[in-house]
Amino acid sequence: MFREDHLKTIGDEEKRWVDDLRKVLSEVPERLPRFSTISDMEVKGLYTPKDLEHLDYSRDVGFPGIYPFTRGVQPSMYRGRIWTMRMFSGLGGPEETNKRFHYLLEHGETGLSIAFHYPTLMGYDSDSPMARGEIGKCGVAVDSLKDMEILLEGIPLDKVTTSMTINPPASILLAMYIVVAEKQGVSKAQIGGTIQNDMLKEFIAQKTFMLPPKPSMRLIVDTIEYCTKEVPRWNTISISGYHIREAGSTAVQEMAFTLADGIAYVEAALERDLEVDDFAPRLSFFFDSHIDFFEEIAKFRAARRIWARIMKERFKAKNSRSWMLRFHTQTAGCSLSAQQPYNNVIRTAYEALAAVLGGTQSLHTNSLDEVYAIPTEEAATIALRTQQILAEETGVTNNIDPLGGSYFVETLTNRVETEALEYIQKIDDMGGMLAAIEKGYPQAEIAQAAYQYQKLIDDAKKVVVGLNKYATDHAPITTWKMDPLIERRQLKRLREVKEMRNTQRVKDDLKELRGAAEGDENLMPYIINAVREYATLQEICDVFREVFGTYTDPGMF
Amino acid sequence: MSPERKIRIMVAKPGLNGHDRGAKIIARGFRDAGFEVIYTGLHQTPEQIVAAAIEEDVDGIGLSSLAGAHDYLFPRVVELLKEKGADDIVVFGGGIIPEEDISKLREVGIREVFTPGTSIGDTVNWVRRNIKPRK
Repeated sequence: MFREDHLKTIGDEEKRWVDDLRKVLSEVPERLPRFSTISDMEVKGLYTPKDLEHLDYSRDVGFPGIYPFTRGVQPSMYRGRIWTMRMFSGLGGPEETNKRFHYLLEHGETGLSIAFHYPTLMGYDSDSPMARGEIGKCGVAVDSLKDMEILLEGIPLDKVTTSMTINPPASILLAMYIVVAEKQGVSKAQIGGTIQNDMLKEFIAQKTFMLPPKPSMRLIVDTIEYCTKEVPRWNTISISGYHIREAGSTAVQEMAFTLADGIAYVEAALERDLEVDDFAPRLSFFFDSHIDFFEEIAKFRAARRIWARIMKERFKAKNSRSWMLRFHTQTAGCSLSAQQPYNNVIRTAYEALAAVLGGTQSLHTNSLDEVYAIPTEEAATIALRTQQILAEETGVTNNIDPLGGSYFVETLTNRVETEALEYIQKIDDMGGMLAAIEKGYPQAEIAQAAYQYQKLIDDAKKVVVGLNKYATDHAPITTWKMDPLIERRQLKRLREVKEMRNTQRVKDDLKELRGAAEGDENLMPYIINAVREYATLQEICDVFREVFGTYTDPGMF
Repeated sequence: MSPERKIRIMVAKPGLNGHDRGAKIIARGFRDAGFEVIYTGLHQTPEQIVAAAIEEDVDGIGLSSLAGAHDYLFPRVVELLKEKGADDIVVFGGGIIPEEDISKLREVGIREVFTPGTSIGDTVNWVRRNIKPRK
């Protein structure tokens, strides 16, 4: 990027600076023997054009909206449209969550994001013994189409897009969403949104699993195939690094494992004889934005560049939309502290800024109380306002990729890229991500990184303000509490649904679904038929479990 | 004289929540501190945990929960231990647990509750002080 004679001059000048620096340091040494990112990547004090000697602007950085998209996926970025403000919400029953959705939309939220309670995430109804103590606690309870109708009441599904954090039963929740839209008079060609539907990272990190890896992949490819033809505005997977990072990985591991998962999904869809350019534009991504500001920005930029090259060079995609890594970001839950919880507002603001400077397409900002419970309305409002202040007051949206060209950020982007590519190569050598997961490789890498990080915190080698430095007592904050009546209402509604529906039709639909599952047909049409007749989530999942078997945690530590 | 038996701890994940970062860190920390550690893996019912704890003859059970179901699951483990006559096994817990729930958990016999920010060392020291290898 720089002329050779310039680089020589810069080298000479740098030597002079180093001499001056030595003198200063002999009087006032640096604060630390070694400076490093939160992922423990060493950082120099100063970066210059010499660090970017091999960078080719057109090849490696380029222009926003143009391959390899290092500077962003859209030509105008936030000058055209602000990112989607999408607050992950789900509390108690569908009624409470619907109320929260309307509240957030009235206060300027621009997209929905549904958090389901654990029984739904794991494929159990609220009346299952597995659901005891869990109903409505960590998200919204959805047992049948009835709950989904209440949850989305008054939400115009042709205008608002919805992201659903749902994995093993993703196809079922998508089916319910399609049917609710249909009842609103909105066709499946019009609806827009995302299902997380990323089982590989479940085995690696988030750990909501139901079926073994292979049938899990089949269900995912079924949704990709179905949506490619029938629901063209739907993002069929949100290939997620967030949970990998929250489980304790480094920034590089988060990005590398996520892209390796992405490779596995593309390969699986190609094996189904789908055309790469038909489905790849609807693959989306989801990353964490942790507290180490520049490392995160470099991670987002490097991820876009690597994915673009993988799609173009490895998978020979020709449509430029297939090359684009579009992503959602959530600020880092694991960076928050229970101690002095109001500090979490500040942490979240910096993390949100990193996501925006990294070019995110949508954003969830954590609430200050999420380290204790589901957020209160007040805490969620502050988190939303944090995004609005960023978007409309700070001016950071005036300019595209303002850190592009920073010697430090470009160097860090290169470095994150190089290290991520080494991981991806290693996983390729193991035979791909499924094989790597079976060996326990990413799981062990993450557990090791998490343990090392915890020791750094315990030894105060990494500072968490209010925890291992500047610790003081703080008054307890008010947290969200679930009304115990919600649990009874949920169980009552489930009983009523089972009584009022046409039992014979449900039985027939489930039987047909079973037959299709035993063969190799696409299951989506069968699932849609079953949910329309109010077959419950668990009834459908039980068919899957019976046909495909189950997966249990190997319990490594 | 035979060497003293090591402290045997079961780290357990009751309920459906998949957050196992803390449980795994604690399990490693206990192992590095010289305890014998059994980790149940995820998605265990209280019944499974109690049966495994008795089978493995552990001295203590550390329960981890990060999704709000502790108020049912933790007391249920204590209750089942009592029913099986195994209530000499010390039960403690940790995770995302609101402050006002902690006293309720103590009342039903959860000996200690560790909340976010607790160091590995503090947990290890608590175990050493409060759990002795049973004869």
